Amino acid sequence: MSEKLVVDPIRCTGHGLCAELLPEWIALDDWGYPMIDQRPVAPELREHARNAVRTCPALALRLMQANPP
Amino acid sequence: MTEPRLLAGLAADVPMALADHQAVHGGLPPSDGLLAAVEAAGLRGRGGAAFPTVVKLATAGRGTRPVVVINGAEGEPMSAKDRVLLTRMPHLVLDGALVSAQAIGAREIIVAAPRGMLLGLGSAVRERRGSDPGRVRWRLEGSPDTFVGGEETALLAHLEGRPALPRTRPPLPAQRGLRGRPTLVQNVETLAQVALIARYGPAWFREVGTPDHPGTTLVSLSGAVAQPGVYEVPLGFPIGALAALAGGALEPIRALLVGGYFGAWIGGDGEGLTLDNASLGGFGAAVGAGVVVLLGASSCPVAEVAALADWLSDASAGQCGPCVHGLAALSDLLRRVESGQTVPGDSTRLSRWTAMVRGRGACSHPDGAARMLASASRVFARELAEHARRGHSPSCRIVPTLHLPRADTGAA
Repeated sequence: MSEKLVVDPIRCTGHGLCAELLPEWIALDDWGYPMIDQRPVAPELREHARNAVRTCPALALRLMQANPP
Repeated sequence: MTEPRLLAGLAADVPMALADHQAVHGGLPPSDGLLAAVEAAGLRGRGGAAFPTVVKLATAGRGTRPVVVINGAEGEPMSAKDRVLLTRMPHLVLDGALVSAQAIGAREIIVAAPRGMLLGLGSAVRERRGSDPGRVRWRLEGSPDTFVGGEETALLAHLEGRPALPRTRPPLPAQRGLRGRPTLVQNVETLAQVALIARYGPAWFREVGTPDHPGTTLVSLSGAVAQPGVYEVPLGFPIGALAALAGGALEPIRALLVGGYFGAWIGGDGEGLTLDNASLGGFGAAVGAGVVVLLGASSCPVAEVAALADWLSDASAGQCGPCVHGLAALSDLLRRVESGQTVPGDSTRLSRWTAMVRGRGACSHPDGAARMLASASRVFARELAEHARRGHSPSCRIVPTLHLPRADTGAA
């Protein structure tokens, strides 16, 4: 089962912790808000992705089941 | 020119009475088979997003105690079609809402429209009392007057007594809408089209338009034409012939804004193009809510685009960072270009930022602004470069074409 990262743009306030914890999948735009790779998270990064979700101070990040391609 | 459908029988500047409406169209048939008819007709929403109407109907119909909302919040300043239908052809719109409600088992219909129209709409609703089949409760509510207030989740928030701000989806309103109930939110013109399909059937509906984009559409024509206004044309209508409907162009046309402030600029007068999504798709444009603005050659496109970027930035609901900061940055950038005061790096920022804000909001406001700006940078490349070098010229002082009413804050 594969999962992808999704940000709730209303909740997100641009702390940027997610991009520090998971730079392989999340980059910040010119204003400090996360731009997230829409592909399913690579298996070896899944634990880091969960950590990023747990650490988000705004509770704006979550992992959801990716639709099969 | 094909016969008018939505505007059939349009006469004096007064709402058509129920008796006159029925004399033109006959009574409203029962809702049996409505979903199949709407699907066969290929009707797509006329509020801008062109979402298949049958999908919304079917989704709302699967839930319990659904509600129907007539979305009359026409926040797009250059659009007037919903106003025309609500003030002149109210019964066609109410028919579409009623037959939709019956088809999905809804007992409540909310008419959400600008406050100034509620008196007239209330009279139309009262006129129908006793003659409508079945039991349905009509409710009249003022709609938000902001640009994003017509977005369906923003409208529902407003109807629930909260600020008219969009929310994150899913769930879709048809799944969980007004106070958690499945809610069919339909644009005014969409419902009027449903009323016609219920009466005349899908084969009749497809007699005009293109196979992919069937039926007629209302077009709000404005800018450099003699008689700006709302006109009904079949989809697939030659865009170059639109101006003739409105008394002709007042001067050579530099560009068209098709689809409204969320739409795209197309260079020239549209000769050779047709008004349907297949033809417009190549330009990143779509019919949307049917807005077509003709920008005359004496206008300054850079001043128009910069003012519009500014307005769209102000119109943001202010909830999502990339929209708030991205549109403000784009607006500032356009102002620097307009006044010839660009800073190093600006030449690449327009494309970088329009790409960056796309898909980054809870609603499609940033996407719409990005689409308009990306098309402007293609179509007006020469004028943008000139302005960046030299700033204002005398032609920039002419009366603006785009109507940009003072934006309120997102709060209702």
